[in-house]
Amino acid sequence: MKRILVGIKRVVDYNVRIRVRPDNTGVVTDGVKMSVNPFDEIALEEALRIKERGGAEEVIVATIGPADTQQQLRTALAMGADRALHVQADGVIEPLVAARALLKLIEKEQPLLVILGKQAIDDDNGQTGQVLAALWNRPQATYASKLELTDSTARVTREVDAGLETLEVDLPAVITTDLRLNEPRYVKLPDIMKAKKKPLETLTLAALGVEQRQQLKLARFEPPPQRQKGIRVKDAAELVEALKKKGLL
Amino acid sequence: MSAKILIVAEHDGQKLNLSTAKCVACARTLAGAEIAIVVCAVDAAAVAAQAAQLAGVTRVITIENPANAHALAAVLAPQIVAVAGPYTHLFGPSTTFGKDLMARIAGLLEAPQISDLMAIESATRFRRPIFAGNAILTVESAADAKLVATVRMASFEAAGGGGAAAIEKANVAVTLPTHTRFVSVSAAKNDRPDLATAAKVISGGRALGSAEGFKILYSLAAKLNAAVGASRAAVDAGYAPNEMQVGQTGKIIAPELYVAVGISGAIQHLTGIKDARTIVAINKDGEAPIFEVADFGLVGDLFQVIPEIERLL
Repeated sequence: MKRILVGIKRVVDYNVRIRVRPDNTGVVTDGVKMSVNPFDEIALEEALRIKERGGAEEVIVATIGPADTQQQLRTALAMGADRALHVQADGVIEPLVAARALLKLIEKEQPLLVILGKQAIDDDNGQTGQVLAALWNRPQATYASKLELTDSTARVTREVDAGLETLEVDLPAVITTDLRLNEPRYVKLPDIMKAKKKPLETLTLAALGVEQRQQLKLARFEPPPQRQKGIRVKDAAELVEALKKKGLL
Repeated sequence: MSAKILIVAEHDGQKLNLSTAKCVACARTLAGAEIAIVVCAVDAAAVAAQAAQLAGVTRVITIENPANAHALAAVLAPQIVAVAGPYTHLFGPSTTFGKDLMARIAGLLEAPQISDLMAIESATRFRRPIFAGNAILTVESAADAKLVATVRMASFEAAGGGGAAAIEKANVAVTLPTHTRFVSVSAAKNDRPDLATAAKVISGGRALGSAEGFKILYSLAAKLNAAVGASRAAVDAGYAPNEMQVGQTGKIIAPELYVAVGISGAIQHLTGIKDARTIVAINKDGEAPIFEVADFGLVGDLFQVIPEIERLL
């Protein structure tokens, strides 16, 4: 069966104002709204569109995280994913561990395409897709803004610093999504009800044979330095004068 | 064990990108580190000569292969891994080139990566922004393991010249994948400085109203020798191409002077500019959040203010 595997991560919602805990051990997450990482929603939307066009027969979503993460899997099922895989794990999951777990799921599911977000908006690592492609020894096309599939290849337009780059990659491959790839659909209430009946399989890292190793210690969290508030100028002349005085013009 | 840092050069085949000099500047903040640069190219001579001049670099390694005509991470990564043996740290720029490539290298090495490295406290202790810069994380790595990092461009000034590093050619015999092929790249050509590294940047928001409206910014930018950027709202509205986007999801920049024109200052935009030396905000809404971070704020109609500034220069 032609399958697409989509990785999703539960993160602090992008609208939440981030506050560092007073003891510097992390950020405040108690009572904070959690969501599917926005780039992962884009990944899922793209997979669903490919399926709707007839380019795939099944869309599987997978996540690695604590029990709560099933809420985000249910959201993904409500968006339209066919089934979900939950690799249960507590604590910090580094990109290498996430990639190893995903690779085990790939071996099991044999997808023709793996689509991930380009980064998670919490740790901002932006590594898992590339690490996975390296471990899998398959192509990677990161920062995708356009994706066209044939039977054996994908043509991917990437958002790079210079502009737009187009690559052709053999399938299977790992794609990571950028913002402009698509606009994810809204979940409708009947779909949320339907999602409750869709299959959600729970696995563990140990059962997959992946060790939850942490190579980097998160030693200290701090708020960023604040900028000083500046002054108001009344018109263009005063602005030009002030900037000249600072040697900027 | 003293640190040996290998920096992956970013270049276009002829010219070394300024991002490499910033990686060198970052590496130099680790006292006593030995710094080398690796250049992967079809013909590496010109780029290697530029890399050898960067202050603090002792060695430049070239890897030449016809497959290196375009910077494909899947093709470059195994070549860099082949020469990485003696090094304790592998650095690349936190540009789309470096972010794409370094994590693939980390994957091949099964080594940890520190993304967006903003400060080195020791060979095993580093600082980096997380949550779009809303928190700063101090990370510690193990002393006995290789570490990969991407260097945050806004945190370092480019290293100067005057060096004379030895250039050595490496013979790398690894089988390179053919599963990834370059097709094309399209970039809007203009004569303005590169947005990512320009000393002066003028950015426009949705208040510019149209692509036509951006022309007053291009005109002022030409006079100031400034790059032009845009907010996400302006890019989404089609007023500017997406490579001009400044912010968390676009480019994170640190110019000497940043002029935000008709930009309200969404958090994701402010994340991209908070390391700018001086921020100027011009907006008709005096309550816009951009004024909270601006060193100089001017409340007014941008279509009058911008041409007037240009006349006054």
